Amino acid sequence: MSNLMTGAKMLLECLSREGVEVMFGYPGGVTLPFYDALYDNPLRHVLVRHEENAAFAASGYAKATGKIGVCCATSGPGATNLVTGLVDAMMDSAPIVALTGQVTSSLIGSDAFQEADTFGITRSATKHNYMVRNLAELPQIIHEAFYLAGSGRPGPVLVDIPKDVFMARGQYEPVTEIHLPGYKVFTEGHSGQIRRAAQMFWEAERPLVYAGGGILLGKAHKELREFVEITDSPAVCTLMGLGGLPGSHPNFISMPGMHGSYAANMAMYNNDLLIALGVRFDDRVTGRLAAFAPHARVIHVDIDPAEIGKNRHADIPIVGDLKRVLQKLNRVLTELKPEAEAKKSDARKTWWRQIRDWKEEHPFDSPRSESEIKPQHLMAEIDRISGGKAIVTSDVGQHQMWAAQYIRFDEPGQWINSGGLGSMGYGLPSAIGAQFGRPDKLVFAIAGDGGFQMSLPELATIVSQGLPIKIIVMNNGYLGMVRQWQELFYNNRLSSVTLDTFPQVELLAAAYGFKGRTVENPSELTEALETAVAEPGPYLLNIKVTPFENVYPMVPAGGAINEMVLGPPQPVAVGD
Amino acid sequence: MLQILSILMENKPGALMRVTGLFAQRNYNIESLTVARTLDPTLSRMTIVADVDPKIRAQVIKQINKLVNVLQATDLTDEPSVAREIVLLRIRSSMENRTAILKESEIFGVRVVDSSVEGFALEATGDPEKLDEFINVMSSYGDIQVTRSGLIAVSLEMKKLRLAPPVPAGPEALNVNEVSSQGVLN
Repeated sequence: MSNLMTGAKMLLECLSREGVEVMFGYPGGVTLPFYDALYDNPLRHVLVRHEENAAFAASGYAKATGKIGVCCATSGPGATNLVTGLVDAMMDSAPIVALTGQVTSSLIGSDAFQEADTFGITRSATKHNYMVRNLAELPQIIHEAFYLAGSGRPGPVLVDIPKDVFMARGQYEPVTEIHLPGYKVFTEGHSGQIRRAAQMFWEAERPLVYAGGGILLGKAHKELREFVEITDSPAVCTLMGLGGLPGSHPNFISMPGMHGSYAANMAMYNNDLLIALGVRFDDRVTGRLAAFAPHARVIHVDIDPAEIGKNRHADIPIVGDLKRVLQKLNRVLTELKPEAEAKKSDARKTWWRQIRDWKEEHPFDSPRSESEIKPQHLMAEIDRISGGKAIVTSDVGQHQMWAAQYIRFDEPGQWINSGGLGSMGYGLPSAIGAQFGRPDKLVFAIAGDGGFQMSLPELATIVSQGLPIKIIVMNNGYLGMVRQWQELFYNNRLSSVTLDTFPQVELLAAAYGFKGRTVENPSELTEALETAVAEPGPYLLNIKVTPFENVYPMVPAGGAINEMVLGPPQPVAVGD
Repeated sequence: MLQILSILMENKPGALMRVTGLFAQRNYNIESLTVARTLDPTLSRMTIVADVDPKIRAQVIKQINKLVNVLQATDLTDEPSVAREIVLLRIRSSMENRTAILKESEIFGVRVVDSSVEGFALEATGDPEKLDEFINVMSSYGDIQVTRSGLIAVSLEMKKLRLAPPVPAGPEALNVNEVSSQGVLN
């Protein structure tokens, strides 16, 4: 009998084999057997203060490290609290494995205490999900879950485990093989298509690289850099792709899209060849699709065949792993270069000149003021302190857009935000995950005054885990992005967007046992940020910024990408 | 026009929900759905008829093919295929109509599966248009009650079934190279 193992122990064996070092979770009734087994196991469990934040932290860990993040919750409310984090991971293709407890098998379907149909609820919130039916299939399912989460187009996978499966005892046989006959991952890229893509590239006069989150997920940043350097192509990186090409690289233009730069959006509109790498032609990037890149032929590389042709027809579709496809493509481009480069070189020089002109016409300048802190000023200061090296996490909204516009990132895994789902309250918990994944890095968690209040409970986690995260609240007293839309598109009828109450952060941070400070004066900003960074522990900065600043440029929803609103409406002189 | 899809999938709990969920999520109504085991009892074959915007039919097929439990999803709408449906029809009729009903049934190649003083139960197979016509004719002879099976379809072209090979369990699984280095066309 002695060599029989409980389901809980088997699960820990499998996690150890998958190389899991840390997981984020919250215990409860049905996961008691698991937490009991965890008690004397080396796996580090981080007790978050709300399950949603366990999923966000796992996602932050995954995005910062490129490894698979793990979170855990109990049945019923624990599992339902995970859902936002799962959908968030789904939208941003973050590889996470979520483990949930379920009521004992014989009680399933009886409305037992803390029972919820987790398997049903999370069906569309995950890349795949499982309910474990018996102990024998547990190890197989756990390894399948990790394989599915991390391979192909990554995503969240949930495993729902009934309490009796945790408690059952059985012989543990390590799983040797995973066989998922229906799960086909095409990594190599069609060599004929790759050759055609290279030929098409050298025929183009106004090529543009449009690189997205797939570059980061596919760990293809070196290959991307090679590509732009072999071809001297201008490149834009999407919100999810920032860091794919170093922010300071001469070929990097900036971010395109609704709040992208003038130069990036003009280049997106006017190019004649779009090399789309690991992107999904999201509506926030393309604006009105019918008016997007009207002169362009499209080479689209993605590991997910369903993304190709979904929103924009691809002239050359290539299904494959970006790293491998770019390696091959770079080889062919180099091979063709001596003969092909000169042909269109004049046109390309003109194209580059045009892009530089656009950049100069409307750069991201950071307005300063003597009396109030401009949000752009704040982000520019964070950028200066980071020097392209820090990890920056954010929620969704104005602060996210300004951070993306002004802060440069040298490498993948530094810019961690909720891109696809746009979840408020993502920044703080994802910073926890990121700091665990990269203890060597300076981590800024940037949030608005709205989103910060959604993630307040995690201040306790930060303190109890001793994480030196620098929390920057960009406080404008409003749900800024919603207010911006009400101002611009709803006749300035500001409905339920005023955040008139905000805690005194000095007292708030002190209540948790660390330092906090409010900064209102622009002259104090630099010193305040530097003090926060110098502090060995966490630090909470409440930066009061210009309340009515709006994010520009802006492509109004449904507008064409080249028709940007570049700034606030200017007062017009009216005759008497 | 309706889209006809044929889906080969693993016979596992929840697999059906994953397929139908894709339609529900996009607000497409499923007109009919049939599913049953194949020769290999671990697999099921499903035929779905759904009202899908022609512009996104290819996308729907791709999304279904992405499901882990799905081995192959094929669009049979414009392909050489045979589609059949079965109808069980109960008719209450007066004594004087009985002969006519039997005559009509013969014309449509329909079998009588039950007969009583109140009427008949009839079993009809065929393509949906023919069955519509049969139902229409029968309704003129008396009160009818109809149960339709929904369409089942088979492609007339042999399709090569491409399956993923096994991979080792554990973190090594993520480093497996695709067997074919040729790659696939989208």
